[in-house]
Amino acid sequence: MFAVTALTLLVVMALALARAFLGPTLYDRILAVNNFGTKTVLLIAVMDFLAGRPDFLDIAIVYALINFISIIGVLRFFEYAQQKTVEHGE
Amino acid sequence: METLIDIVLLSFLVLTALAVAKMHDLFAVVMLSGIYSLLSASLFLDLDAVDVAFTEASVGAGISTLLFLASLKLVGRYEKRTRYRPMLALGVVLATGTLLIYGTLDMPHFGSPDTPVHQHVAPRYLNDSMAEIGVPNVVTSVLASYRGYDTLGETLVIFTAGIGVTSLLRVSRRTKREEQQRVPADMQQQIILRVVAKWMLPLIMVFALYVQFHGDYGPGGGFQAGVIFAAGVILYTMLYGLSTTQKVFPRKMLELFAALGVLLYGGVGITCLLLGGNFLDYNVLRHDPVHGQHLGILLVELGVGITVASVMIMIFFKFTWRTVKHKYFVK
Amino acid sequence: MIELLLDMLSWVLLLSGSFFCLTGGIGLMRFPEFFSRIHAASLTDTLGASLILMGLMLQAGITITLAKLIMILILSLIAGTTASHAMAKAALKSGMCPLDQVDRSQQPEIKAYKDKS
Repeated sequence: MFAVTALTLLVVMALALARAFLGPTLYDRILAVNNFGTKTVLLIAVMDFLAGRPDFLDIAIVYALINFISIIGVLRFFEYAQQKTVEHGE
Repeated sequence: METLIDIVLLSFLVLTALAVAKMHDLFAVVMLSGIYSLLSASLFLDLDAVDVAFTEASVGAGISTLLFLASLKLVGRYEKRTRYRPMLALGVVLATGTLLIYGTLDMPHFGSPDTPVHQHVAPRYLNDSMAEIGVPNVVTSVLASYRGYDTLGETLVIFTAGIGVTSLLRVSRRTKREEQQRVPADMQQQIILRVVAKWMLPLIMVFALYVQFHGDYGPGGGFQAGVIFAAGVILYTMLYGLSTTQKVFPRKMLELFAALGVLLYGGVGITCLLLGGNFLDYNVLRHDPVHGQHLGILLVELGVGITVASVMIMIFFKFTWRTVKHKYFVK
Repeated sequence: MIELLLDMLSWVLLLSGSFFCLTGGIGLMRFPEFFSRIHAASLTDTLGASLILMGLMLQAGITITLAKLIMILILSLIAGTTASHAMAKAALKSGMCPLDQVDRSQQPEIKAYKDKS
């Protein structure tokens, strides 16, 4: 049962990675990275039950946090960079 | 099952590395390096190295991404395209790589149990750690006690990086006066993010403290805790502006705390010397060697955590101040 | 008996969670433009994650693992939805329009939003 879930999650991670390589605009790539991060959190939780060690869940919490913080960071910086080019253009 | 996960993750890693090499949009490259770090951390988890995975996730996918983005603001978004094809360099790299791979053919197989390190060093640490140090997490006992001197060197490396960034991105006297002005950020439009960040920040800090002090019993320790703390403060800075955060973490305080962490670490070592043992020999700190080891590991990890957190926050503030200065003084 | 029931329920939750995640991944690849992709990815992501985590919670029993899984669930719900809101808002602000037959950029609300930014 866990093996099925882990395999499905790996397939979804592959799809998200493909979108991150292809996506024409930057926002597609940011979306794909966010999705990839969430799936990694789930994969770690499932791998924890597969291997039988309960220590891994701390890492899942950290990943969820780090994923969130880097997405917010990218969006703030990207928006800031666009604002700067608009200001210099005026 | 684990082998399948390993193979799939490794092939993702190779694909990501190729994509990073080929892309010219540096924002996309930064995002893909975040994915690369997440993949490496998952691989480490599959190899049952939990502490390393923890550190790789928090440093590689979190802080590195944010610092790269902060420096991208300074340099620009697209990579310059080169016109020439470096064939000679490619030839040299291929030759060196082949020689290196040929050199590794003589080494023992990956993970085989009859290598020298598994015969002498690892059994000594694994067998004696619980009796001598009494801490369930062997990684922490090796890092902070058996190899404490190396960890002191690592902390000094982080501290030196902080000094390097501070001396390169110096804030001049004239701009220090303007630093007192309020730097407005577009507050009204980010209200959902602001509320969520305000809720999450105390939880992130409590989690960082949990990771710091739980490092004896589970994955964790000083490095990871410092990085998580810094990531929380950076989240707040990004949404509320630099001047608001600098009311709580002024620059002088961060520099002081960075030095304080290293001083704490070295101070524990010198105290051991003064009490009659060797440098960083925690057995002499208390009446009983095992309690002395516990106290020594606690203080030492605290020093590491303080230094790492302050240096990361300091570097981020320096980068952000540099770009904010451009925004407000290029008129 | 009760353990068999819990096992069955956990199987069902895990399988439906992975099904939803899979549909989200397929949607991410096949939809034509960004706003429809974010619709697919974030909705199914949240639902799939909640179902998988609830399935794992049933396997865990009353231990500290259960508390950590509940924390991961709450964090994933809050962080995931806020991140997709931030992405959609940033994309809208930077001028991307949804793929629609109607040109929305001249409508008064969108125009006021863009002029205010």
